[in-house]
Amino acid sequence: MSEATLPKKKGFQLPIAVRIEPRISETPFWLSPLLSLVAVLIALFIGGILLSLAGADPILSYQHIFKASFGDWYVFSDTLQKATPILLVTLACILAFRMRIWNIGAEGQFFLGAWGASLIVLLPVLPEDSPSWLFYLVMALSGMFFGALWGFVPGFLKAKFQVNEIITTLMMNYIAISWNNYFIFSVWSEGGFQMTRMFPKNAWLPRLGDFAAQIPFFRGMTTHMGLLVGIVAAVVIWYILFRSPWGYEIRLIGDNPKAAKYAGISITRNTVLVMMLSGALAGLAGMSEISGTVHRLQGAISPGYGFTGVIVAWLAKLNPFAAILASILFGALILAGREIQPSGIPKMIQGVILVCLIASDFFMRYNIRIERRKEA
Amino acid sequence: MDLVIILQAGVASGTVLLFATIGEIFCERAGVTNLGVEGMMLLGAMSAFSVTVATGNAFAGILVAMLAAGLLSQVHAVITIHLQADQVVSGLALTFLGTGVSLVLGEGLSKAGTIAVLPPITIPVLGWIPFIGEIFFKNQNILVYFGYVFFPLCWYFINRTRPGLHLRAVGEYPAAADALGINVYRTRYLYVLVGGMLAGLAGATISLAISPGWFSELTTAGQGWIAVGLVIFARWDPLQAAVGSYIFGALRRLILDIQGPAMLFGLVNPFFANPYYGFFLQMIPYAFTVIVLVMGSREAMRKRLGAPAALGLPYIRGQRGA
Repeated sequence: MSEATLPKKKGFQLPIAVRIEPRISETPFWLSPLLSLVAVLIALFIGGILLSLAGADPILSYQHIFKASFGDWYVFSDTLQKATPILLVTLACILAFRMRIWNIGAEGQFFLGAWGASLIVLLPVLPEDSPSWLFYLVMALSGMFFGALWGFVPGFLKAKFQVNEIITTLMMNYIAISWNNYFIFSVWSEGGFQMTRMFPKNAWLPRLGDFAAQIPFFRGMTTHMGLLVGIVAAVVIWYILFRSPWGYEIRLIGDNPKAAKYAGISITRNTVLVMMLSGALAGLAGMSEISGTVHRLQGAISPGYGFTGVIVAWLAKLNPFAAILASILFGALILAGREIQPSGIPKMIQGVILVCLIASDFFMRYNIRIERRKEA
Repeated sequence: MDLVIILQAGVASGTVLLFATIGEIFCERAGVTNLGVEGMMLLGAMSAFSVTVATGNAFAGILVAMLAAGLLSQVHAVITIHLQADQVVSGLALTFLGTGVSLVLGEGLSKAGTIAVLPPITIPVLGWIPFIGEIFFKNQNILVYFGYVFFPLCWYFINRTRPGLHLRAVGEYPAAADALGINVYRTRYLYVLVGGMLAGLAGATISLAISPGWFSELTTAGQGWIAVGLVIFARWDPLQAAVGSYIFGALRRLILDIQGPAMLFGLVNPFFANPYYGFFLQMIPYAFTVIVLVMGSREAMRKRLGAPAALGLPYIRGQRGA
């Protein structure tokens, strides 16, 4: 491998040579986070160049993003509010990606989860004056059920017919959005507006601001119980993946499907199950978002959380705990992105970050050595 | 609801899928999956429209669209060919990147004004044939005609020429191709570029001819992904890709037109009576893609043919194995 990948230059030679060799020894533990950090910094730098090309001031934009999301405790609580759905969706992606199933359909599963949760209030399944805990429980279950259903279809097709799950999950996204639109525009439309009526207060997840009577500091803070659910889910997913036999199966299939098959692990069954649990998590994200933040079903409930989850999962190196931190970072980006112009900036920066992250993986696998060229 | 008009418009809108699908076929035949088609198409659509508004010359727009999308595709090429990253993730990243860059650069473009759409051309004699001739050769723009010539040429290139043989060799067995003196890396870079440029052309076809304008992400509305699905349906063959593309184009058009008339086959048209049912119609192309994929995958499993053997695998020179 060493020099083979680089064509040999004839004629003029630099006094130093760059040698690329595969890593043989274990990589040091700090290398991976360091590389991610460097990748994000480089991405922000490239993003800055693109910003100035588009006519914006990169430094001002970044300052604005930072101030609008970490400036004080109130905006930080908004950041956490945005981080909540991202965290749950990221966990959905992590679970599937560990098995090397590319669930890009978290966006659709998120929408269906939101729809399933709305069903409880709007059909109505539960009467308006039901106790809050019952609302939370049934809405969450319904959201997870419909999310899981949306994950089941691609999972089943993949397991049974080897259908590429990337395309099916994506197509399911578009179908989910049309499905939701039908209900928002016609059946559940409130007075012809493209949104449903407001949910009763019992169906709202408690927010920090609701406890202002006891703790005045919390007044007006929007972080809601979904964050807690997300953190618990992160622990559960970590436990499943790294401490349970099922998680071992999932990771084995992801790392070496052949070995998994010889070990008697059913890839078919696990594909369907993982896609369903992944869909359920994304559905839970949808439920938590409409019950905790939006309080009604409408078209614009997601600025692409499902896709952000893919990037955050990669940034977190498919580690559920790292996902918590990474989600907050992206929550900040999305929160601040609502106010800065042009509106595509957060999406562009997300794209650049993902590109840099993938590129940086190369340095995990190869040693780059720069050495003085010997006089020949 | 005139069948000829629907099919005519269907062929036109199928041309978009045709370019994108064939571009992806080239790329995958060389062993590289590029899932960034949607992003590259968006970039192409945006730059084509933007340049055409600025210069008034649609061909300058097409050229810039192909260059921009081709440039974007090279990001994927470097990451997957030299840095050997996972092609799936890199392709996704490319879609995010392409979408984001197009949104930023296309800010305000939706109000930028109108452009002279590519003019419709009727081919004499051929265009006078009733039905078939009217569908394919009457009032179509130049890109549609280019498509007719293009896909058989691509088939010929891949299956009957020496560079086409090299292309297939690189996608099937790169180590053997390398041993025969074909530069695997260069070939792959080249066809990723070709795929990118064709995706850019597909995007330009949308924003300059099919539905002129820039409507942010809705410009492509998932057609890039449908193209990736069509590649599997077409089993990496340009001729079948053309069939699939035109069928999908007609389907998209039919969905738009079916909501028009009050009566349909002597019955009350439900989509006219309740326009909200239109949302279910909108699902059809995506649902149909899934169905087509299932059919394609079953076929491929039964006949054991289809995907290039080295698809998705980075080639590392001097490493054991394929």
